[in-house]
Amino acid sequence: MPLFRSPSKEPLWKEEFSVFTSDERYVTRRQFTKFLTLASLGMFVGNLWILVKSRFVKAPQFSAMEIAEVGEIPIRGVKLFTYPTPQDHCIMVRTSEDEYVAYSQKCTHLSCAVYYSAKNDRLECPCHQGFFSIKDGSVLQGPPPRPLPQITLEREGTKLFATGVKGT
Amino acid sequence: MANTESHKQKRGLVAIDGAIALIVILLVVQIWLLSATLETYLAGHTSTVVPAAIFSGLLFSACLALNLFVDRVDKESRHN
Repeated sequence: MPLFRSPSKEPLWKEEFSVFTSDERYVTRRQFTKFLTLASLGMFVGNLWILVKSRFVKAPQFSAMEIAEVGEIPIRGVKLFTYPTPQDHCIMVRTSEDEYVAYSQKCTHLSCAVYYSAKNDRLECPCHQGFFSIKDGSVLQGPPPRPLPQITLEREGTKLFATGVKGT
Repeated sequence: MANTESHKQKRGLVAIDGAIALIVILLVVQIWLLSATLETYLAGHTSTVVPAAIFSGLLFSACLALNLFVDRVDKESRHN
């Protein structure tokens, strides 16, 4: 029994547009199967695209930018800034005497601006009650599907610099 | 004779319908797999990308095999 269909003696148009009703049922099912298989190929190509992107596309490098002076904000205080472009709003929180963390202010659910809740010590999105950990930006509760992108910070003397974005 | 042919055609249609149902199930799994992989990739985790691509390839191979099966049943039921 051959796996592949041998070429028919009938021309293609006769095969696909049969005059018999019984044949028509086969043709529609065969075409639907082809469509589903092509959709499956599309999904596979999508997965391959993610694979190629993760292997060969390097994360963008951003230049360092001064964002604050050390001690400029109190403990559990907040400073808003933009990084790496003026359209990317970020939030920096001083969590202890010598510890600062910064995240993108854009909620990963529907891009509302998150704010720092000192009472609960977490970042909160007011739109749909999505909560993020202040330690690593991971989702604590709510609809956000991903953690907040983290801004890497470096200290040079008395100045704090934003040096990159993790998890974009 | 006509009855035998009609019976054969009905059997062929049932086989094709079964194959289509199976392809639909595989496709739903593939759609879920793609969205889950995209979510984890965008979250910065790349460890799932390779197994997901392999599994998606296997699912596509299964769909392709079922497509060939449908083609063969179609040929047997209609032309033999």
